[in-house]
Amino acid sequence: MKFTQAIKMAFSSILSNKMRSFLTMLGVIIGVTAVITLIALGQGSTQRVSSQIESLGTNLITINITGGRNRGVSEEDLERIKSMPGVSEIAPVLSGGVTVKAGNKNTNSSLEATTPGYQQVRNRHVQLGRFLLQNDLDMRFRVAVVGVDVADELFGRRDIVGEKISINGVEFSIVGILEEKGSSIAGSDDNKVIIPLTTGQRLLRNTEVRTFYVSTQSPDVVNQVVGEIQRFLTRKFNDENSFRVFNQTQLLSTINEATATLTMMLGGIAGISLLVGGIGIMNIMLVSVTERTREIGIRKAIGAKRRDILIQFLIESAVLSGLGGVLGIMLGFVGVSFLSRILNIPAAISADVVLLATGFSVAVGVIFGLYPASKAANLNPIDALRYE
Amino acid sequence: MHSRRGDLTDPEFPQTSVDEDRYADGINEKEGAFGYMIRLENLSKIYRMGDNRVVALNNISLSINKGEFVAIMGPSGSGKSTLMNIIGCLDVATEGKYYLDGRDITSYNQNQLAEVRNKKFGFVFQGFNLLPKLTALENVELPLIYAGVGAKKRREEAIRVLKMMGLGERIHHRPSELSGGQQQRVAIARALVNHPSVILADEPTGNLDSKSGMEIMEIFEELHSRGNTIILITHDINVARYARRLITIRDGQIVSDEEVEMQ
Repeated sequence: MKFTQAIKMAFSSILSNKMRSFLTMLGVIIGVTAVITLIALGQGSTQRVSSQIESLGTNLITINITGGRNRGVSEEDLERIKSMPGVSEIAPVLSGGVTVKAGNKNTNSSLEATTPGYQQVRNRHVQLGRFLLQNDLDMRFRVAVVGVDVADELFGRRDIVGEKISINGVEFSIVGILEEKGSSIAGSDDNKVIIPLTTGQRLLRNTEVRTFYVSTQSPDVVNQVVGEIQRFLTRKFNDENSFRVFNQTQLLSTINEATATLTMMLGGIAGISLLVGGIGIMNIMLVSVTERTREIGIRKAIGAKRRDILIQFLIESAVLSGLGGVLGIMLGFVGVSFLSRILNIPAAISADVVLLATGFSVAVGVIFGLYPASKAANLNPIDALRYE
Repeated sequence: MHSRRGDLTDPEFPQTSVDEDRYADGINEKEGAFGYMIRLENLSKIYRMGDNRVVALNNISLSINKGEFVAIMGPSGSGKSTLMNIIGCLDVATEGKYYLDGRDITSYNQNQLAEVRNKKFGFVFQGFNLLPKLTALENVELPLIYAGVGAKKRREEAIRVLKMMGLGERIHHRPSELSGGQQQRVAIARALVNHPSVILADEPTGNLDSKSGMEIMEIFEELHSRGNTIILITHDINVARYARRLITIRDGQIVSDEEVEMQ
């Protein structure tokens, strides 16, 4: 018997019992929908976290000096590091919490005193006005670049270049507004005030630079540059535990691992419902074989071989669950676009998930159809013909 | 002349039908000892039910030639259905030999037997045994599907045989939309469509009123006159009279084997 003929037969049999076929498929439909939706949402949130981290720059290295007094890095140190091969920019940062005032409004914000290199190293650009200039540092100008949260909080608008604010009681004029970044795992990046490093040293009464960021020319040289910096600081402090060097790639791979595990777990739980769907198919196929015992007898009497009957029932269950899989994929698309809007997670269904779900559902049909089909194929034609 | 017979003697019939040769071949030739179409030697069928042995067929030897029209008669429980099942390769004997077209098929496996059923036999059952969800045409096409015949040829053949049975107008009807006599004619069409060597009919008129029954028997008579080999199982002597040879079986043994006088 030809394969296309067998598929035709399977379809006509499925269509002759629409309600039952649909209910049987429902298990697979729900299973596939669940697998697709959960994996898509899982992958979507993984992507979002990764892209947040990547937006900080994958070629970013963060160095924190820890412990001891009077152990900041000097300007010469920073110059040395900046001249290392592979390093493209460097930005020392002095940070602290400050109270920012404008008129009768005030807010608590995080202050970062830094150099113009910050813009490139941390990938933060201004949407209005300008960023810090070397001149601001040299002249210790009291100028500030603020995040949109600060602008919204104090002025209720964003075109505030030229306005005055007071930081810890000292007056600054606003020269630029940072681009909006949204909140990340580390809190809001928009509640921020950036001022020249030299001005900040005075304001915070602290000249010790204990944090600085380095950006490399490409993500590939990050490890090499990290090694150089570690060697340099070890020599300087004579103590390899007095500083910490982080890079985003490490963080990224740790977080990716965690979210991938979570996604797999969600997918696995959804997969169990697919399994239950498969058991439903086996159940109905067994009923169907019993109901159609006489039909099987007739087919055998007129020359159907064992294999013909086996294939007929196998295809029937594979088509049943495959069709369920296709419907589940369509429903999955609907579910994903709905949930991603509600939960505000950017979720995309990847082609391999669709292929996996289809393949898995057909495999479920074949595996769970195997027992009923072989039961049908092994019926004795005389007994089957006598069956009422 | 009866209308059914009118269909069978349709001028189209002789040309399109089936290679005449194949059906007519050697009708009246007496063949050698191993030239019989069907030859059973000391065949027995024993069922075991727990500790009981039930002998359904006891040491039967029988030969049937090409082109014969044989009726096998006996009361219920005599073993005639078991005999038909074995001849039709639906069942296998416990002991003895079965030669079909000179070939010993006693040792054939299930797949080989399925192929023999498909190629050599056409079954006509008392209860018609049509698939209720398929149309007349689809039912008749089934044996050709299992024989691996392509869709177009299959359809042509099935329509031709259905027309031969006077059902040209009803090929798209389902069995439930057909009368008993029409259903049995669909079943005969299904039996004929694969050009079988032997038509095996098990009480073909058992579920029909006497008029439809007569029509069906006339069809068998016509098929016989065209050279088909027919084996008919019945307990009705009036049906058996249509055959040319009458074998009576009782308690699993042949008690008589005689020619039927022409009416």
